[in-house]
Amino acid sequence: MSKIWLIIKREYLTRVKNRTFILSTFLTPLFFAALIGIIVIITIKNTDKEKVAIIDNSGVFKRETDSVKSIKLVLNPVVDTNNYEKKGYSAILFAPYSGINTTKKWRLYSRKSFAVSAVNSIEDKIRKGLENNMLMAMYNVNNSNIDSVREASRRIELEEKRIGAGAHSQDGNSVVAYGVGYGAGFLIYITLFIYGAMVMRGVMEEKTNRIAEVIISSVKPFELMMGKIIGIGAVGLTQFLMWIILITVFSSIIGALIPHDILIQVNEANKSIPGGQMNMQGNEALIGLAKASNELSSVNWLLVVSCFIFYFLFGYLFYAALFAAVGSSVNEDPQDAQSLMFPITMPIILAIVIMINAITHPDSSLATWSSIIPFFSPIVMMARIPFGVPGTVPYWQLGLSMTLLVLGFLVTTWISAKIYRIGILLYGKKATWKEMWKWAFRKS
Amino acid sequence: MPLLEVRHLKKYYATQKAVDDISFSIEPGSIFGLLGPNGAGKTTLLRMITGIFFPDEGEIIFDGKKFQPEKDALRIGYMPEERGLYKKMKIGEQAMYLAQLKGLGRRDAYKKIKTWFTKFEMETWWNKKIEDLSKGMGQKLQFVITVLHEPKLIILDEPFSGLDPVNSNLIKEEIYKLAKSGCSIIFSTHRMEQAEEMCDHIMLVNKGCKILDGTVQNVKQQYKENLFHIALDKLPPVLTSNAFEIKDTENNHGLVVKIKEGYGTNDVLQHFIQQQASVSEFHEILPSLNDIFIKLVEGTAVSRQFQKVV
Repeated sequence: MSKIWLIIKREYLTRVKNRTFILSTFLTPLFFAALIGIIVIITIKNTDKEKVAIIDNSGVFKRETDSVKSIKLVLNPVVDTNNYEKKGYSAILFAPYSGINTTKKWRLYSRKSFAVSAVNSIEDKIRKGLENNMLMAMYNVNNSNIDSVREASRRIELEEKRIGAGAHSQDGNSVVAYGVGYGAGFLIYITLFIYGAMVMRGVMEEKTNRIAEVIISSVKPFELMMGKIIGIGAVGLTQFLMWIILITVFSSIIGALIPHDILIQVNEANKSIPGGQMNMQGNEALIGLAKASNELSSVNWLLVVSCFIFYFLFGYLFYAALFAAVGSSVNEDPQDAQSLMFPITMPIILAIVIMINAITHPDSSLATWSSIIPFFSPIVMMARIPFGVPGTVPYWQLGLSMTLLVLGFLVTTWISAKIYRIGILLYGKKATWKEMWKWAFRKS
Repeated sequence: MPLLEVRHLKKYYATQKAVDDISFSIEPGSIFGLLGPNGAGKTTLLRMITGIFFPDEGEIIFDGKKFQPEKDALRIGYMPEERGLYKKMKIGEQAMYLAQLKGLGRRDAYKKIKTWFTKFEMETWWNKKIEDLSKGMGQKLQFVITVLHEPKLIILDEPFSGLDPVNSNLIKEEIYKLAKSGCSIIFSTHRMEQAEEMCDHIMLVNKGCKILDGTVQNVKQQYKENLFHIALDKLPPVLTSNAFEIKDTENNHGLVVKIKEGYGTNDVLQHFIQQQASVSEFHEILPSLNDIFIKLVEGTAVSRQFQKVV
């Protein structure tokens, strides 16, 4: 027992002390934080970048010329198609002269093309302006009435409630569940490959260095294999733990810095709009933010994180033993490893394909069954769990999936250990699958 | 009582009888040479003795009791032919790790490693990595790691390959010292002159079978061809005799003769004395292990053929 502990310690320490490990542990969250930061900065910078001049002689726009998204609308400035660019406008919009009752098109002149969303929101503005205008002109509705009607309609928000297996309903927030499920499934997929390959390379190193011969004369092959697998698994857990801590720290730092900036930007943007009294953008942003954080907090994070750790750990153990068996059966040549690895990487790749399907139909029978079969369950089940337990994933499915994965891990380890103890000491040519099959199932 | 006794050991693979009914024993404090051509089954035999492989048949008695790989392996030091070390690990840490796997405590391991490193002038290596070492340096380190836990039985597979004469002697001296202190040493090699120089006892295996076993002196006596070297002041006129035939002559002064059956050394001397030649030197030429090896192994196929084992 103390010997397997020594092996685990060595495997763990040599990897954790490695420069690559330290760099990837600290740089990955920093990279993501920087990415988010850059996106936020670009968004802010874009707020008053584009100015669009509206030449409206028909009187559709009387008061409402709020800016939309990253576009600032200016009503009737003194510009024309020849000099709008010199005056700092990136486009010029002409209203049809015939006024309200027209089928003629509004024309947007610009040297560059606008994003679809920008065009849509300009269209939306025109529509609203037209509505306001008509309401005021034809039915004598005043400004404040229109505002209150608009405010009321904006407050409408669709909240999905799903009837679960239990009596209580549950918040269904597909978008967040989709994101979390996708992320978790993908992360398991990547880590299976990274750490599985790490185990395989470690075994190959020991074999080609012939140190296996020295070590196996003092410990059992099974101890050497399990020590390596557990040690590398602990490295993986350490990395995840560091990432969770670092991401929490970074995001709270960013959380403390960015909203402040956004608010200032939004305020300035509002002040500069002529006639714009309503804090439209600010409101929308705040509402969106509140909604997102509400949905995020409605995901059962404790369940998701603990299931993630379970499925990472046992998914890793399930596959790591197989990777170790492959590593023990090849000689130096990485190309041999490639071809022997194929039957192991196949189910992992298949699992990610199923996962991409399961994330859009978490209730389908494909998703259900492949989240129970150990070869796929770590990836597919992780994609389903954020949709709700026991809503989308009944307890029996989760229980069965976990039990089968643990059993599967015991079976793969048992088979791999038999292949490993022969393969690790065999030099010469690489083993074929047929030979490995014989090693695994012959009576010792 | 022998330290190690091997009785009728067999290990068959699918296409080869790797070890086919080999028995031998090793006394404490002796240096035992395990000789044989490539693929003779030496490595398989050694792996069974180190507990890496289980024999198909036969038994191994270690220190008077049936060999128990898990327990007894700690009293065996095994140095494989190729460098068995982690390339990227620091030398000090590596030695500590392997010593602890052999059952030494941390403090004990540290003390012993320091002693050996000082003895071999390796103190500055502690924080270096294996990839920084030359082949010979690696060999020295490997030797230290093998003997660190003070095993009763030390198995060395080609310990001198890649070592310069100075370091070879250094390790040779240590091997003698260890043998003197009561360790048994199994020394596997292809280099016969080394085996001849160092071993008390040798065993020759070929095609999985033992073909020769005994002390170096006995083996040489067994395979001698009654060849003698005679040095004379001058060659006598009559050289032919019933007692011997001449195999070789050297510059008018020396002769190599083979004594014929039924005659003795005195018959040869008598012949020369009668011829008035004064004999300044007369001694027997014993075959070298190299000659014996080639004689025994020659004629068998150079490389081992695969065969169906029934």
